[in-house]
Amino acid sequence: MTIAAARRLRNGSVCFVGIGPPSAAANLARLTHAPDVVLIYESGTIGAKPHVLPLSIGDGELADTADTVVSVPEIFRYWLQGGRVDVGFLGAAQIDKFGNINTTVIGGSYEAPQVRLPGAGGAPEIVTAAKEVAILLKQTKRTFVERLDFVTSSGYFERRGGNGGAKVRGRGATTVISDLGVLVSDPATNELVLAAVHPGVSAEQVRNATGWELRAAENLEITPKPSASELAALRDLHARTAAAHGGAAGAE
Amino acid sequence: MATLVSLREAAAELLHDGDSVALEGFTHLIPFAAGHELIRQRRRGLTLIRMTPDLIYDQMIGMGCASRLIFSWGGNPGVGSLHRFRDAIQTGWPAPLAIEEHSHADMAARYQAGASGLPFAVMRGYVGSDLPKHNKKIKSIECPFTGEILTATPALRPDVTILHAQKADRKGNVLIYGIIGIQKEAALAAKKVIVTVEEIVDELNAPLNACVLPSWVVSCVCVVPGGARPSYAHGYYKRDNAFCMAWDGISRERETFRAWMERHVMRTADFAEYRRSSEAEAKVSSHR
Repeated sequence: MTIAAARRLRNGSVCFVGIGPPSAAANLARLTHAPDVVLIYESGTIGAKPHVLPLSIGDGELADTADTVVSVPEIFRYWLQGGRVDVGFLGAAQIDKFGNINTTVIGGSYEAPQVRLPGAGGAPEIVTAAKEVAILLKQTKRTFVERLDFVTSSGYFERRGGNGGAKVRGRGATTVISDLGVLVSDPATNELVLAAVHPGVSAEQVRNATGWELRAAENLEITPKPSASELAALRDLHARTAAAHGGAAGAE
Repeated sequence: MATLVSLREAAAELLHDGDSVALEGFTHLIPFAAGHELIRQRRRGLTLIRMTPDLIYDQMIGMGCASRLIFSWGGNPGVGSLHRFRDAIQTGWPAPLAIEEHSHADMAARYQAGASGLPFAVMRGYVGSDLPKHNKKIKSIECPFTGEILTATPALRPDVTILHAQKADRKGNVLIYGIIGIQKEAALAAKKVIVTVEEIVDELNAPLNACVLPSWVVSCVCVVPGGARPSYAHGYYKRDNAFCMAWDGISRERETFRAWMERHVMRTADFAEYRRSSEAEAKVSSHR
């Protein structure tokens, strides 16, 4: 999942990075094919080049290795809302077939939820202000669901009309990278379509791990196997991170 | 002008039951010592404001200080859930907790509006999100020039903002560096400001354009070395990741949480004593 996501990041692009798997993938891209990718974290670090993966979105490592550190209002208003971000790399608790994200509540009602999740963070505006968004999420029927209990941040469908006249600049969630394959949004239907399966995974397996009737692209691809250099870079990054933080923390 | 007093005096004098209070610091410089002091002084009915209510608000909520929470992301960064925060929302323990939930960009804009003397903030927000359906403070507004539909949310004006910073000089001018988050806006939006610092120095030596809070916008400065632990203070100490992970276990059950808070916070006189108490226990458990 990390390697497949890293490959999607173009060298020189400006990436707004979420913590956890998205951060691992974005840094792997920086350490392999995309040395000039600009990583922005919502804590205000622009051009961060962390030697080890940060545990939190505001680790000192990000500040120490950044081109500049700005305030939180500045990062959201000038850099994100101002239209400087090419791609948002985000995680989620659940998504639906339109790439809508839930990180708020599961079960019950909003007022009396069965499970209360952390909430929105920066995502509602990242998904609309970045030119496009990639979501990284392990694929199961519990995480890829037919209907979300709550739409925290909108996906691809919501880009098209409606929304009371509010405009958005970006295309929204165009890509979902899971541990099983890669899904891309189909502009004709706004639905996520299975575009590639990872080596050794069948389309049937992916469908069985999806809560909706998942369509596969006609020319379904197989993700190229990780190269030796990609695997080495990822292992080194995780090893450095584990040594710095103690234990396996951050090695998601 | 800021007065140099103990944290106990500053909290007792400036903060009252029912007040709205913002303890800010975006993963960096989180004012833990001040949060503990409010718990020790048994403050009740507080409206707690914070973009990222992490461990410190988990502790304050679990100890019954809060009746309302205004926030944008509530988790234990890099670790997982906040169990006391979840328990309060899901079951109302130890007291019902009303929530007012926003996004980060919105909270930042609300503080900016407060600091700017404006009644509301305007932004491009929440398109396609369900949050505005559940939070009446998130409204739409039409741009008078372009007709575009934008989001408006009310300014934040906390009764008290509490920050932790690296240093202050003897006059009470405060220097903050590293990830500066929302600290300046939160301070300038508030009616009163308490800043705990690592140290008092003769000369701040602040570079031009540094984030400085002049003494005359700060009510009280309190010296509390290590006052942001287990979060970090850039240039002074690192984040205590082991504690953040241990908190997941300590806070999971009400009984273990209460026992831990009683032993280390309620029965200690101040943050220095708290650190001796909690760090001694952490050493014992790491040798097990």
